[in-house]
Amino acid sequence: MKLVTERREISSPLLRFSAPLISIGFALFVAGFLLLASGVNPLEAYREILIESLGSLYGLSETLVKTTPLIFAGLGVSLAFRMQIWNIGAEGQIYIGAMAASGVALFSGIESHGLMLLTMFLAAFTCGGLWAGVAGFLRARWQVNEVIVTLLMNYIAILLVDYLIYGPWKDPKGFNFPLTAQFSDTARLAEYFDTRLHSGFFLAVFVALLLYLFMERTIWGYQIKVIGSNPKAARYAGMKTGMAIFMVLFLSGAIAGVAGFSEVAGLQHRLQHGISPGYGYTAIIIAWLAKRSAGGVVIVAFLMGVLLVGGDSLQLLWQLPVAFVYAFQGLILFFLLASDFFILYRVKLIKGAADA
Amino acid sequence: MPDFLKIEHIRKTFPGVIALDDVSFSVAPGEIHTLLGENGAGKSTLMNVLTGLYHPDSGEIRIDGRRLSFTSPRDSLACGIGMVHQHFMLVPAHSVFENILLALDNLPNLFSRKKYRARIKQLIDEFQLDLDLDSPVWKLSIGAQQWIELIKLLLRDCRLLILDEPTAVLTPQEAERLFKVLRQLKKQGKSIIFISHKMREVMEISDQVTILKKGRSIASLTRGEYDERKLAALMIGADKIPEWQKNLQLSTQISLDIQQLSVRNDRGLSDLEDFSLQLIKGEILGIAGVAGNGQKALAEVLTGLRKASHGRIMANGEDLNNSSARHSYIAGIAHIPEDRKTIGIAPDMSIDDNLIMKSFKNSAFARGIFQDKKSIRRNAQEKIAQFAIKSGPEGTPVRYLSGGNIQKVIIARELSEKPAVLVALYPTRGLDIGSAEYVHKVIADGAAQGMSTILIAEDLDELLKLSDRIAVMFRGRLIGFVDPQNSSREEIGLMMSGETGENDGGEA
Repeated sequence: MKLVTERREISSPLLRFSAPLISIGFALFVAGFLLLASGVNPLEAYREILIESLGSLYGLSETLVKTTPLIFAGLGVSLAFRMQIWNIGAEGQIYIGAMAASGVALFSGIESHGLMLLTMFLAAFTCGGLWAGVAGFLRARWQVNEVIVTLLMNYIAILLVDYLIYGPWKDPKGFNFPLTAQFSDTARLAEYFDTRLHSGFFLAVFVALLLYLFMERTIWGYQIKVIGSNPKAARYAGMKTGMAIFMVLFLSGAIAGVAGFSEVAGLQHRLQHGISPGYGYTAIIIAWLAKRSAGGVVIVAFLMGVLLVGGDSLQLLWQLPVAFVYAFQGLILFFLLASDFFILYRVKLIKGAADA
Repeated sequence: MPDFLKIEHIRKTFPGVIALDDVSFSVAPGEIHTLLGENGAGKSTLMNVLTGLYHPDSGEIRIDGRRLSFTSPRDSLACGIGMVHQHFMLVPAHSVFENILLALDNLPNLFSRKKYRARIKQLIDEFQLDLDLDSPVWKLSIGAQQWIELIKLLLRDCRLLILDEPTAVLTPQEAERLFKVLRQLKKQGKSIIFISHKMREVMEISDQVTILKKGRSIASLTRGEYDERKLAALMIGADKIPEWQKNLQLSTQISLDIQQLSVRNDRGLSDLEDFSLQLIKGEILGIAGVAGNGQKALAEVLTGLRKASHGRIMANGEDLNNSSARHSYIAGIAHIPEDRKTIGIAPDMSIDDNLIMKSFKNSAFARGIFQDKKSIRRNAQEKIAQFAIKSGPEGTPVRYLSGGNIQKVIIARELSEKPAVLVALYPTRGLDIGSAEYVHKVIADGAAQGMSTILIAEDLDELLKLSDRIAVMFRGRLIGFVDPQNSSREEIGLMMSGETGENDGGEA
């Protein structure tokens, strides 16, 4: 007897729909053992995560605060993924966006509140876009693998920001901490309900809506989908795939860059070390879990927000390391990718060779 | 001598398609056995069954009389069956020696390079191959790369070598050397399954020929029992030509004037050589020829997927090959591609989306930058009804449709713009009779409305039935025209193998 795999002609819709849920279930199950090994009752821990992140106005607002950059970055990444362009560089694009927005906030001297925020937004959008656009240009022109380029440029972006905050942009009154001076009130997004929730969240939901319309209703979105589904067919139909690759990576990076704007203008109010604790990488998981749909990104980003805020409380309560949250995210992605295999293939038992 | 390999009543179906219906033949040790058949006759499926990639639905494979069932290529290799694919499985940056070592799966962790080098050297000398073991593979000619593949199989002591159109990529000189090697292998008692379309080679090298047609082995003939005519007739089949109302009064207007077109491929060989043709408005011009004789290059140049190295394509007094008119013209030319799944459709998208792939910017389907979903849907409904496409629920990705329905989607899209010229490559390949008949009707209807069609097909029945004229191609050249009304299949078959006229048997 032998196990063989065969490609399914038609994948079942039920399976496709339930796969993300089953993956999360498996991830919860396996993560349970990690918790047990740390001497924590998994059920209690999971309950704690929910209560901390959703059980109070404060908890909910914190969850939405974490959700905000995840939506932006998730949207950016999923846009590129739609065209089978693997932008792994959302992390760096967030940093560049944050840097550009901070530069405007600190040095432009604009006095109007609206104009200041708009300029910061545009700076983050453009710089994040160009940062990713480098990979887009290289890929479109010389077939340079965008995975490598976007990934490696993350390090450049993070170190560039470090250079600025340890060097020329360092707050002279900051007791030598690696951070810039605080932004003036003109460069801050509005906050709500006496919490840290800021208008960046609403902007993120709005961008998700725009991106949905862009993908599903415009001829550009249509072309992106055709190219993503079959680049050869797209060329055969006369589409300019090279330009599309550049534009999509630009837009992808631009949206991720806006996450940086939202973080500095809405939350941190300054540029500092570690402005994103890996949102750009979590965004990859989000885009994948959301099947690259804009609406899905909002939902999944929220779930990840729950996990991040809940995970914080696990650290406080049981002194669990933050690595647990990342391990859990990794497990979800792991099971999700595995589930893709079962959606595409069927496993069969076949009688073995040489049964003379 | 008892047969080494015996295949009995092999059947393999895929959803909606019978790839192999009933195939039986046997190969004796020291025999060169040729498989002959049109594209789509089931040759590649059969090879995939023999090398363990596919599991047959029913039927038996016996080796030395033992019944076997392969579940992976490893199993069939273990039984001494090896295959040289059309596309070589080599690592270009590695040396010849390293590539050969890769093929050995019983290589010990610590091994003596010397010992293996000596063994390989011995094989090279034995067959007088001109092969430098330390040269990187990418530097070698295609012919030499093929030898590496052969050596890999010989080192594994394969007793049956399958060569899938081995000469398709070779120059005539390289092919000659290959044949010398094959004869030598034959003397050593190896069995060889040789797949080819080229009549001349088949006549030269085979001991036994099995003809496949529509998934069945219809005859196995021993050397001496056949000649080129007989093989061609068997391969093409002698079914009755269905009656078809043809467009007898051709216009005198020329829709496309192809002048001395040449196309070179990556290796600098000519895919198309000095090809001239005038396409008349409203005619269906059939192009006959064994696959790989330039038909694909012709279609690709005409549809703008490739550039000609020489020559002109004139339409309305403009040279489309070089002028700026090229782009708009190419967008307007309808094309049914050979490879419908790889370039014809966006598989993950719906019928609605696939139908507008070439016209999504038109005002019918877009208002400014926004798509008009309602008219796109309406268009899909119309086409689904008009072309009788079995489409599944709304929004079903086209990849889930059957081959025939995918083809209908492509044809519906290509013809919706009322093109002046249609280039159709093997438009009914892999389709069932009903769908094929429908495709024929659509092409004929188009012709009646003034569309000119270049129909490239291998099935002579199809060409004879549809075409107003048939042009025969061989090695990238136009051999001549045939009037489908007054010519026999044999005549065309001979021209396809490069015979230009009554007694002109020379190389074209």
